Amino acid sequence: MIKKEMIAMLLAGGQGSRLGVLTSKVAKPAVSFGGKYRIIDFPLSNCINSGIDTVGVLTQYQPLRLNTHIGIGIPWDLDRNFGGVTVLPPYEKSTNSEWYTGTANAIYQNLDYMESYHPDYVLILSGDHIYKMDYEVMLDFHQKKGADVTIAVMPVPMEEAGRFGIMITDGDHRITEFEEKPAHPRSNLASMGIYIFNWKTLKEALIAMADQPALDFGKHVIPYCHEKGSPLYAYEFTGYWKDVGTLSSYWEANMELIDLVPEFNLYEEYWKIYTKSEILPPQYVSDSSAVERCIIGEGSDIYGEVYNSVIGCGVTIGKGSVVRDSIIMNQTSIGEGCEVNKAIIAENVSVGDHVRLGIGEEVPNETAPHIYDQGLVTIGEKSVIPEGVSVGRNTVIFGETEKKDYPDSYLAGGKSLIKAGE
Amino acid sequence: MGALSHSRAVCAMPVAGSYRGIDFTLSNMSNSHIQKVAVFTQYNARSLNEHLSSSKWWDFGRKQGGLYVFTPAVTAENSNWYRGTADAIWQNLSFLKSSHEPYVVIASGDCVYKLDFNAVLEYHIEKKADITVVCRDMEPQIGVERYGTVRLDEDNRIEEFEEKPLYAKTRTISCGIYVIRRRQLIEMIEKCAEEDRYDFVRDILVRYKELKRIYGYKITDYWRNIASVEDYYNTNMDFLKPEVRDYFFKQYPDIYSKVDDLPPAKYNVGAKIKNSLISSGCIVNGVVENSVIFKKSYIGNNCVIKNSIVLNDVYIGDNTHIENCIVESRGTIQAGSRYVGEDGIKVVVEKNARYVI
Repeated sequence: MIKKEMIAMLLAGGQGSRLGVLTSKVAKPAVSFGGKYRIIDFPLSNCINSGIDTVGVLTQYQPLRLNTHIGIGIPWDLDRNFGGVTVLPPYEKSTNSEWYTGTANAIYQNLDYMESYHPDYVLILSGDHIYKMDYEVMLDFHQKKGADVTIAVMPVPMEEAGRFGIMITDGDHRITEFEEKPAHPRSNLASMGIYIFNWKTLKEALIAMADQPALDFGKHVIPYCHEKGSPLYAYEFTGYWKDVGTLSSYWEANMELIDLVPEFNLYEEYWKIYTKSEILPPQYVSDSSAVERCIIGEGSDIYGEVYNSVIGCGVTIGKGSVVRDSIIMNQTSIGEGCEVNKAIIAENVSVGDHVRLGIGEEVPNETAPHIYDQGLVTIGEKSVIPEGVSVGRNTVIFGETEKKDYPDSYLAGGKSLIKAGE
Repeated sequence: MGALSHSRAVCAMPVAGSYRGIDFTLSNMSNSHIQKVAVFTQYNARSLNEHLSSSKWWDFGRKQGGLYVFTPAVTAENSNWYRGTADAIWQNLSFLKSSHEPYVVIASGDCVYKLDFNAVLEYHIEKKADITVVCRDMEPQIGVERYGTVRLDEDNRIEEFEEKPLYAKTRTISCGIYVIRRRQLIEMIEKCAEEDRYDFVRDILVRYKELKRIYGYKITDYWRNIASVEDYYNTNMDFLKPEVRDYFFKQYPDIYSKVDDLPPAKYNVGAKIKNSLISSGCIVNGVVENSVIFKKSYIGNNCVIKNSIVLNDVYIGDNTHIENCIVESRGTIQAGSRYVGEDGIKVVVEKNARYVI
């Protein structure tokens, strides 16, 4: 019999629409982060570092990049004879075939997968947070408290508590009440979307709630368990944890990596973050360049100046170009004599010579002011920017653009230029 | 089938920032669809064994074939070290005998090059050769006296073969890469062993050159041996040239190496880099010019590194000046040190206690 004490189920099917064009063609967990990583590398590395060697990854939205990235799990040492990583897409059944309609519904549709490992505990994770966490310590807490369900929580500033699911606990960390995005929060312990369930509790709850449309952990399963009187506990986590759900938080989290000693340190020997490394050669920095306060991935060729930026692998930055406060992802090339200010440029983008990005006044974005804000220029993957154009702030460009798309060679602040279909 | 003879620790020497010497030959074999590779090693094999921890990096972990590492072993008949290249093969002859592949490629792991062994094999068959030796005309600035030099006739058959001549009569050298039929190799190796001869070059190539059809296959692309300090230094420095980087890093096929799971390189305030290669996992706070910095090195504040090679996992304390040096792996250089290679390259081995990082 195959037996695993705890297995992990990693929810990676969401679109992450607040990341705008970055997630037009890829699921949020597959978006690049910190130069060479992808967001899903963080929970996957946490799993293997915590001794969890069986991980089901639930995919649905645009899974291609995610599938190629995960493969058979070699980079995370998750290629196992028993267990390892398994990608779980929605599948057709003899009756009731459906997409994953909610977080808990996705888990419900994979009861057989979990059953086959005869687990005592199931860890539910989401694939869109940046953090290092030892799930084994959380399991110890779960066992010591005799909990049926343990929810990882994080103290947040009181004024921000209204954006989260808030847990109200007694002195023993037992959850007495919870509120979803309360207007007047009574506690500042925010749910991190990380749960440990006793397998029996989870299975019973999912089967009992199976007919609930859009079955969700926070909205349905946790309240169900609470009403039944199961002991629910809150595990308080105080380390670095960052939700990178919006462009501005994504940008900030990247920029934090370049601090002298960052709070989230990738350079510690302990608790390594693993990823699929496709490019091996070292990076080349030429005679004409300057690099300061930045991190740069393998195989990049830097001929220009880079300040305060996070540069991915295989990136080329042409002579005379100046890049500041920006994120440039894998395999993108920036021409010569460009000026790049506070931009997020996705993978495989080609920027022509003498292009100026992020200039002029800040004007709110005309189509999606809440997504494209903070003065960022966002460019989707495989976009082409013709030479000699200028682009204002709070703008978004996606697709192969030509000179005629830029009246007077200028895309004014707040404009959206989307040619690839969102 | 391929076999790497005469491996030394040189094979495990880091090259070009993120590779090891042996990666080039192993990648060439993998890219030539050679599936069964045996590595012979005896001299200080630990770091090589660590590097060869898994065959998956070069995609040799297939059901057919695989990556084999042969170190000398004590048996009832034999308790010798490998006494030469031919002896290394002889001591593992059962492996050759039990294989079914018709041809063997013999290559050394201390050369930096790209080569399609299938092209050499096709040539070998076309010439009806018994042994094909890969040869190259070396550039005038490179001394050929430490190589085997050859002279070819109009048909490229080897007329003359001199091992490490004091005075070289030609500038054509043997690259130490051979193609030979497996049964032919077994026969020659057994003959050699009977006569207590142990060296593939002296006892087979040189002695048999009139009896057997030994042909030269000329290559013209980049090829360098890294077995001397000077060549090792120059080969690494060659990677600062755009055409060399383009040839190895951008053009098909790729060179593979073991993946180390290191974060991207980080440049803090005060970093100033000119014409240098920097590998992943490095943290740079100082000045680096015309240098190759290998993986996971730390360069402190106000340091100046010029025309130097800093190998893996070196910690360089603040205010250090290093010029014309090769800094050995895992070294720890105290703050305020000064190392300058005055005439020639200085090899710096510093194993001070490391308190930081």
